[in-house]
Amino acid sequence: MRKLLTRRSLITGAALGAGGLLSGCDALSRSPAFQNILGSAEDANFLVQRALGDRMELASEYTIADLSPKFRANGTRDPGTPDYTASAAQGFADWQLRLTGLFAKPQIFSLAALQSMPQRTQITRHDCVEGWSAIGQWTGVPLKLLLDLAQLQDKAKFLVFHCADRLGGRPYYESIDLLDAFHPQTIMAHRLNGEAVPVENGAPLRLRVERQLGYKHAKYVTGIEAVATLDNIGSGKGGYWEDVANYEWYAGI
Amino acid sequence: MGQMQNRSKNRAVRHRLTTRLWHWLNALCLLVLIMSGLTIFNAHPRLYWGEYGANDDYAWAAVGSSQTIGYVRVGETKIDTTGFIGNWQDSEGKVQTWAFPGWATIPSYYSLAEGRRWHFFFAWIFSVGLAFFMIRSLFNRHVQKDLHITRTEWRPSHIWRDVKNHARLRFHDDGAVSVYNILQKLSYIGVIFVLLPLMIFSGLAMSPAMDANWPLLTDVFGGRQSARSIHFIGMFLLVLFFIVHMMALVLAGPLKQTWAMITGGKREGGSNA
Ligand code: HEM
Repeated sequence: MRKLLTRRSLITGAALGAGGLLSGCDALSRSPAFQNILGSAEDANFLVQRALGDRMELASEYTIADLSPKFRANGTRDPGTPDYTASAAQGFADWQLRLTGLFAKPQIFSLAALQSMPQRTQITRHDCVEGWSAIGQWTGVPLKLLLDLAQLQDKAKFLVFHCADRLGGRPYYESIDLLDAFHPQTIMAHRLNGEAVPVENGAPLRLRVERQLGYKHAKYVTGIEAVATLDNIGSGKGGYWEDVANYEWYAGI
Repeated sequence: MGQMQNRSKNRAVRHRLTTRLWHWLNALCLLVLIMSGLTIFNAHPRLYWGEYGANDDYAWAAVGSSQTIGYVRVGETKIDTTGFIGNWQDSEGKVQTWAFPGWATIPSYYSLAEGRRWHFFFAWIFSVGLAFFMIRSLFNRHVQKDLHITRTEWRPSHIWRDVKNHARLRFHDDGAVSVYNILQKLSYIGVIFVLLPLMIFSGLAMSPAMDANWPLLTDVFGGRQSARSIHFIGMFLLVLFFIVHMMALVLAGPLKQTWAMITGGKREGGSNA
């Protein structure tokens, strides 16, 4: 009998404990201070993952045989703004990529100009924060070539990518640091699997920053702004998802 | 048995302080890692083999959800899990179609970003704790003394006897509770030295940055989506281990055993086994 009681109290205790734990976790989860503590793991991930490689290590590349039959699209499928739709109707002939901010020589590139520069083609794996992956072949201009033309000022620490799409009324944007900006696989891609990038995948121009998760790979890019700090962009966390949903700025895992 | 004579000189407690500290820290970490992991899983409740895998690709396991039913599909087998997985009611009685229910996830509402923060924070504590415990257990000879499997124990007849004893719910020869038996040793070694490290490595193998740093890591798992599947299966095995662990605990006297893991307990059943 004694045993039975203990067993029962044990189970009740466990159930109560679990309930308490759960609501406790939710309360903690909603508290900004605790979020910051948990978020410190991001700093550790960033430091360790950057320290482990020679900092310019390439992401794995694959062959045509490894391609995903269908490259899944996520987020915005079509920006749908009048400007974008008009530009799409003429094959993005009037699309412009503006390099602004802390550059010695700000630049404006047309799509044709970008396409006439030296290109890089890479078959890489796209990993979404949600858990799925797709392998695709991307062709585009190495970002480094554009930066060499525009010449970053010393104060510049980050590049902000401004996009043509809006989600929930807010413009999409993303940002990366200079290490990723000069990485050989970081390209402004205009071709996917040998064809112009489809609208759902970010036509006509999207960022590829291969060592990070999918939400960093800004689509529909219209501008690259060099900045010293991310504080004054959006809500200051360095990206759309970072601002609205607390996703990590460093998306290496 | 030979092994008993050379047991540590006069260790008075059954569980060393490091073992106890690690046990409870690890228990907390695993609980949070499993529950926050399920939040992450809910973002895309499909598992694949190979490097890639998304909605148009074949998933070897998936959760199906709709407003009316929920099911788990493994291969071609569908199991109706309405009310539990894929279709369940939250505390306000509203039908939710996330894969795993709120009581099994951290946070209990769906937030991938928050689930990931919990997961990676506790992944660090868990990994550092495990590394520390492993090294410490080799140095304080916990492994060699308490977990080392002797030749006699490896004999099939011995293992078989232990299996039969377990089937009769007799866990310890001659009341020697302080000495781990062969099945116990095997499961502890398997969990601590195989399954738990596997969780760390399969977790890291899913990181695109780590994939660039150490491409071999993802390769040994057969690709990122395979690593994700193995990570999930590992979680499942840990839950099974936990259930068996709890059954053994209840049968062996929950209060006494738990108390021993908190205070260290007394060694008993001495050297006569
Ligand atoms: C033993 C403890 C752990 C358990 C029980 C656990 C459980 C889970 C579960 C259930 C998921 C959901 C997706 C999936 O099944 O793959 C997950 C995701 C994940 N875990 Fe863990 N995990 C553990 C430890 C770790 C560690 C130590 C790391 C890091 C080194 C890690 C990294 C990850 C990552 C990166 C994901 C996201 C995968 C995705 O995008 O879907 N996990 N974990």
